[in-house]
Amino acid sequence: MKITKINNRNLSFAEKIYLSEIVKGMIVTARHFFANLFHPSRIITVQYPEKKIPLSEAARFRTRHRLKKRKNGDAKCVACYMCQTACPADCIDIEAGEKEESIAEKYPVKFEIDLSRCVMCGFCVEACPEDAIAMDTLIIPGGAESRQELKLSLESLLLDSAETSERGAVNRRISAMSMQNAERKLKNAK
Amino acid sequence: MCEIITKEFLLEIAIIFVKIGILFGAVMALAGILTWAERKMSALMQDRVGPNRASIFGFSLWGLFHPAADGIKMVAKEDFVPDKADKVLFTLAPMLALVPVFVILAFIPFGDYLQIGNLKIQLQISDLPLSLFLFLAISSLAIYGAFLGGWSAKNNFGLLGAVRAAAQMISYEVVLGLTLVGIILVYGSGSIQEIVKKQGEMLFGFLPSWGIVYQFPAFILFLVAAVAENKRTPFDIVEGESEIIGYFVEYSSMRFAMFMFSEFAEIVVVSMIASALFLGGWQVPFLNETGFAFPGGILITINHNIVALIQTTAFAGKTVFMAWLLLLIRWTLPRFRFDQLMKLCWKGLLPLSLANIVLTSAILQWLGSGK
Repeated sequence: MKITKINNRNLSFAEKIYLSEIVKGMIVTARHFFANLFHPSRIITVQYPEKKIPLSEAARFRTRHRLKKRKNGDAKCVACYMCQTACPADCIDIEAGEKEESIAEKYPVKFEIDLSRCVMCGFCVEACPEDAIAMDTLIIPGGAESRQELKLSLESLLLDSAETSERGAVNRRISAMSMQNAERKLKNAK
Repeated sequence: MCEIITKEFLLEIAIIFVKIGILFGAVMALAGILTWAERKMSALMQDRVGPNRASIFGFSLWGLFHPAADGIKMVAKEDFVPDKADKVLFTLAPMLALVPVFVILAFIPFGDYLQIGNLKIQLQISDLPLSLFLFLAISSLAIYGAFLGGWSAKNNFGLLGAVRAAAQMISYEVVLGLTLVGIILVYGSGSIQEIVKKQGEMLFGFLPSWGIVYQFPAFILFLVAAVAENKRTPFDIVEGESEIIGYFVEYSSMRFAMFMFSEFAEIVVVSMIASALFLGGWQVPFLNETGFAFPGGILITINHNIVALIQTTAFAGKTVFMAWLLLLIRWTLPRFRFDQLMKLCWKGLLPLSLANIVLTSAILQWLGSGK
């Protein structure tokens, strides 16, 4: 086995007997202690669930889900189960119903996302053929006092979609572009 | 029989019980607060907020309810005993850790005396002529708790912690004893109360003749040895929170709480001993039995009981300061390696404490026939 010898700096006598260095260290920590004791407002900790720093609009995180609406206020979702199938955490639960007068054949009677299982991977957004689900609410899911509270119902998922948003469509455009790229590559390969 | 049990005797017994109750309660309360102070102080030192969630009716009082919440939690936890553990010793160990700490309280003078009518109440549970030696003897019993706790659980990590604890505590016991020899030489007494009384004198008329003035090196050595006896950082390889957990690895529920509590009670007791021996105990500069006597002949006479109250408060203040200092040390310094620990003790502290004894004796001899 190869032995590497590290030449540490030789300690001076004052450093070897620890004392002065210990006192120096204790002065540093004591200074922090008293500064924070007398000026608690200088501590930068945010008391999280009570106070939140709002995410910037430009934030590109995947945040809590929402379901988009059509112009008539119905959910854009057609209950095709693509997101439920794509979900690796198995946290989406859809029940489809049929709608006779609407252009869409099906609609979700029940659309439930269990946030306690969700891994925020965004596969559901990628999978959606209708661009009906998005993760752009800028709400970071926190804790809850019961499991039931962490289940998002259809109503609460639609709640954040006051207007039809264009932002979610970006995902679709990107996936369309990547499909085109893939096709082009296939053609070139041939 | 009836002649022995007189009124005075019963009164004396009652007074002793009241004193025990007050001191025990005060130490328990301070130790409880220290469990909170440790977390809060470490938080403040690291620019964090610390515990602030436990609240009663929405009042959290800077997290002061956390010790109570911890107590409730500890009682509610499962009391687990490993299958292969030695049940008797496993049960006995936490008690053996806690009892010596509280026994030491008997010798700690927390004030001079109270005068109620013609009744003189000594503010010390028991004034023995050689209480300092008894303190050393009893504090060395604390090793049994740590060692039996680790050994009886039949857990390898517990045993490793116990062996480290034994090696460390026995080594530093020697230094702890030798540093106190200097104090005994200077004040010429083995009674803690006697030593505190002698610290009331003034050196050159302005410097209080506290132990820290006469025996500064011994104070530092005592502090180091006391922290090591306490098994706290920088001497916490016994526990090594991030590596072997230590001798109490198999303990849960209130048994673990007893180990934890004995650690904090030990901080209080060590602070009390240190302030009694080195910081003048209950002595306040220029305050004697009848009131303040400042240099230049200014006299302020105060009722003696108020003087006693001031002195007890001063002792409490010094104890809290020492406890604060011990917490500051604990949260500032990194952990020693085992070889460094042994080297520091046997090659560093032991020769220094011996040199301190020789030097002190020589100086006392030179100054005359001692005090």
